[in-house]
Amino acid sequence: MAVIEARGLGLTFQTGDGPVHALTDVNLAIEKGDFVTFIGPSGCGKTTFLRVAADLEQPTAGTITVNGMSPDEARRNRAYGYVFQAAGLFPWRSIERNIRLPLEIMGYGRDEARERTTRVLELVELTGFEKKYPWQLSGGMQQRASIARALAFDADILLMDEPFGALDEIVRDKLNEQLLALWARTGKTIGFVTHSIPEAVYLSTRIVVMSPRPGRVTDVIESPLPQERPLHIRESHDFLEIAARVRDGLRAGIGDDI
Amino acid sequence: MTSEAGVSLRSVASGAGVAGPARIGRRLVQGNALPVLTVVAALVVIWYAGAVWLNAPWAYDQAGRAGVELGPVDLVAATWSQDRPRLPAPHQVGAELWRTTMEVAPTSRRSLVYHAWITLSATAVGFGLGALLGVVLAASIVLNRAMDASVMPWVIASQTIPILAIAPMIIVVLASLGVTGLMPKAVISMYLSFFPVAVGMVKGLRSPEPMLMDQMRTWNASTSQTFWKLRWPAAVPYLFASLKVGVAASLVGAIIGELPTGAVAGLGARMLSGSYFGQTVQIWSALVMAAILAACLVGAVGLVERLTKRAMGVVA
Repeated sequence: MAVIEARGLGLTFQTGDGPVHALTDVNLAIEKGDFVTFIGPSGCGKTTFLRVAADLEQPTAGTITVNGMSPDEARRNRAYGYVFQAAGLFPWRSIERNIRLPLEIMGYGRDEARERTTRVLELVELTGFEKKYPWQLSGGMQQRASIARALAFDADILLMDEPFGALDEIVRDKLNEQLLALWARTGKTIGFVTHSIPEAVYLSTRIVVMSPRPGRVTDVIESPLPQERPLHIRESHDFLEIAARVRDGLRAGIGDDI
Repeated sequence: MTSEAGVSLRSVASGAGVAGPARIGRRLVQGNALPVLTVVAALVVIWYAGAVWLNAPWAYDQAGRAGVELGPVDLVAATWSQDRPRLPAPHQVGAELWRTTMEVAPTSRRSLVYHAWITLSATAVGFGLGALLGVVLAASIVLNRAMDASVMPWVIASQTIPILAIAPMIIVVLASLGVTGLMPKAVISMYLSFFPVAVGMVKGLRSPEPMLMDQMRTWNASTSQTFWKLRWPAAVPYLFASLKVGVAASLVGAIIGELPTGAVAGLGARMLSGSYFGQTVQIWSALVMAAILAACLVGAVGLVERLTKRAMGVVA
């Protein structure tokens, strides 16, 4: 059974300038353990798709299930962790207490929360920064803390909305590498939004190429790359071939709009 | 030999003499002290000049009756030392303040400390009630759409009524209910102070970005969890900003509450009796006392703010 399955999914926003078709007729199945990347220019609906899956937006057409449930039920069952574009750490909480926040909300006991916090901080290599406040950390470290927070509770799905968009390329490379290692270790299903082609190709088992006006899926690419991916795989023939296909897909989707 | 030593000693001495003031001078220029002192000095100069200008007619009148010609120096001396000047000079107010705070027992009716205490206690009760009311109103407005639509207009309307018009009515109504003394003044004080707190806290409780609210939603946080873990801490800076406005408004409210009651004690009563008897020096010293009190209250709120922020880890 697919972890996330969309059938004929559509979302139209009613605005003062008339309807905006953020998503039209999206059919997609994300299997357990997949690393699926959504790529496309702004307005293509990649973030909207993730938000619909997370029950942060309501679809206006079609159906979507998360773990076989409606997004609302899935959210109530805490089926997913969501990482936003900005780290979204609370400035008045230390890193440790930021990570403990969802655990407090979900009613985990004090000892278990402490144990989980220690474990996820280790996972994102932030051990030793427990007592620091967000402003004392670099942007990359803040985003890692944010990922740790999404991992702290037992959600099998990780939805990430351009989590590394605001970071410089060197930090981004490192975090991409760490994310792959983390994915391999935890076996989670990851939905990842980006507008960087190399990032998409490097990370994914499947790449969903999307286009704007109306927001739609134009291509789904299965990656032939092995699960073990050192950074230099990005110079390999396979990698460049997929990147070219993604680029073609993006160009075809945009047409003469730009 | 001797003369050389004398010269060198003198140069050392003069060198030290120059270095000291120069260092102080540099510190004055670099810090805030110099601009602040300049403004204070300018205000004092303007005040003294104003005293000469406003009190001159009376001084000329007196001199004319006595058949004396007033020179400039005499004029200045006469305008700065009248018993009932239109505008008392700073030193007259200072002397009155000193006399009424330091030279009489603080429990005496003639002590400004006593009157300040009466006003302060009404202010404190009114401020406490006002802050509480403001926070509760803001929370209910933010959490409940019906409250937002129905209460907010009344909150704003309440402040369009001149407090001087409504204060006597509050006192009359409360007196008919048997409530007298400190409480009526505290109620007026509350009436003025709840508003800035309510408005500031509505903004503060709504200040978390949509992203943070979405985040709470992804964790399936309840309304009360979102309130206490996100909205409330996010509103803290707004809370203290509005408390500073609120505490000053509380003091004004307490003083106004003392005016129409025929109160015999409190800074407001002091101002009123001063105006009955033309005791401008008394009025001004009560005014200055009120200003000092307001500064202390705002400073106290600021101190609590700093301590709270430090405890929250948000160092400004």
